[in-house]
Amino acid sequence: MPKGKVIIEDERFAITIERLCQQLIERYGDFSNTCLIGIQPRGVMLSDRIVQRLRKNLKSPGFQYGKLDITFYRDDFRTRDKPLQANTTEMEFLVEDKDIVLMDDVLYTGRTIQAAMTALQHYGRPSNVELLTLIDRRFNRHLPISGDYVGLTVDALDEAYVKVEWKENNGRDRILMFPEKQ
Amino acid sequence: MAEMQLSSRHLLGIKYLNHPDLELIFETADSFKEVINRPIKKVPSLRDVTIANLFFENSTRTRISFELAEKRLSADVVNFSSSASSVKKGETLLDTVNNILSMKVDMVVMRHPAPGAPAFLAEHIDAHIINAGDGTHEHPTQALLDAFSIREHFPDFKKLKIVIVGDILHSRVALSNIFCLKKLGAQVMVCGPPTLIPKHIESLGVLKSYDIREALEWADVANILRIQLERQEIKYFPSLREYQQYFGVNRALLDSLKSEVMIMHPGPINRGVELDSDVADSDQSIILEQVENGVAVRMAVLYLLAAPRSTTKV
Repeated sequence: MPKGKVIIEDERFAITIERLCQQLIERYGDFSNTCLIGIQPRGVMLSDRIVQRLRKNLKSPGFQYGKLDITFYRDDFRTRDKPLQANTTEMEFLVEDKDIVLMDDVLYTGRTIQAAMTALQHYGRPSNVELLTLIDRRFNRHLPISGDYVGLTVDALDEAYVKVEWKENNGRDRILMFPEKQ
Repeated sequence: MAEMQLSSRHLLGIKYLNHPDLELIFETADSFKEVINRPIKKVPSLRDVTIANLFFENSTRTRISFELAEKRLSADVVNFSSSASSVKKGETLLDTVNNILSMKVDMVVMRHPAPGAPAFLAEHIDAHIINAGDGTHEHPTQALLDAFSIREHFPDFKKLKIVIVGDILHSRVALSNIFCLKKLGAQVMVCGPPTLIPKHIESLGVLKSYDIREALEWADVANILRIQLERQEIKYFPSLREYQQYFGVNRALLDSLKSEVMIMHPGPINRGVELDSDVADSDQSIILEQVENGVAVRMAVLYLLAAPRSTTKV
């Protein structure tokens, strides 16, 4: 496997997460009508971290927190040789008239976000949906989707692969770029 | 988000599945159970798949359950029942199915009175076949939903003792359940009148008993089957009343046991024959949970068997 190039790690990584949290606080205040939703499986690593920071920074943030699996909503299901196995969805609330922040680690083609928005409709009609993403690969979009809160914009060729590693899984927080998909 | 696949492209019987297949179906069904408890119970996964439900034999539960599962996956569904079709005019099974397939159908769910009919079709046609019951042979989705329902109460099959009571000889549910539970590592016993228990059933690795009390004392779970009078050409026991006296499960019998047994029934129940109402409607029975799980399990099977678009015929 070719060695990946480190884009950011450790302290810079923590500063980026902290900035995203502050941007959310600036926009939503006490989060009284807000739902934060991580997209399974990798977006949940990010949303867990952000939710943990927000709970530490604010006394009692009023948001509801859910984890959404979008496997059954993907548009590439029958173009694959094998079906994808689903992750668990943990959505213990309806999103009717709520402000939603969807969270995923890497915004790439935009198809995952499209599927997430379809899935979200099944929990009611939200008043507003925003997207928070740690990485935005801005030149690789297939759909007119963009992030509202972006940790880092990465310009990469289509063959490249951007990977986010988390302390919980990999021992260190860092973002790596590989010249080709693994 | 791992890619997973069943080892077979059809579901003809539990016999043809392996242990990882069963686990994959259960894990997928867990996800679909969450889906069918949402306010909007529908996902778009199979939105360009057409499924034909071919029922050459009567069915209420299985048919509605499959149809709901298909519709909740957004598949297009065509229904067929033999009583209102050209089968009555003398058409062969293969001709009927080939005619339906030429209308571009991707999957076939079939119930048929002849054992092996789905296996025959699988050899001759291109679509994915799901067996919804073939004569006295197998009823794989029933066994899957039974095991899935047991798993919600007893996650470890290796410690579990399950007795199947009743008409083992004519029951496709019994055979599929035996295959399924044995593959999962459970201990299985069959219980019923000697005439309704096949000779050499022990060769499947199950115990047998002719005494309902002994069987229930042994078991953690009892799956009570219906007496299939429609398949019995000769008399296998003197009367239903006598059957009920010797093998019927009632409150008094259950209360006299040392430990509590979880009661299951695949339906339809003949109340007052194999199972009394004071048992069927009690907290000890999970009969309605089985029905709910049936939809989730069938969604999982359909999802896992749906063909990739590239390999379907154009």
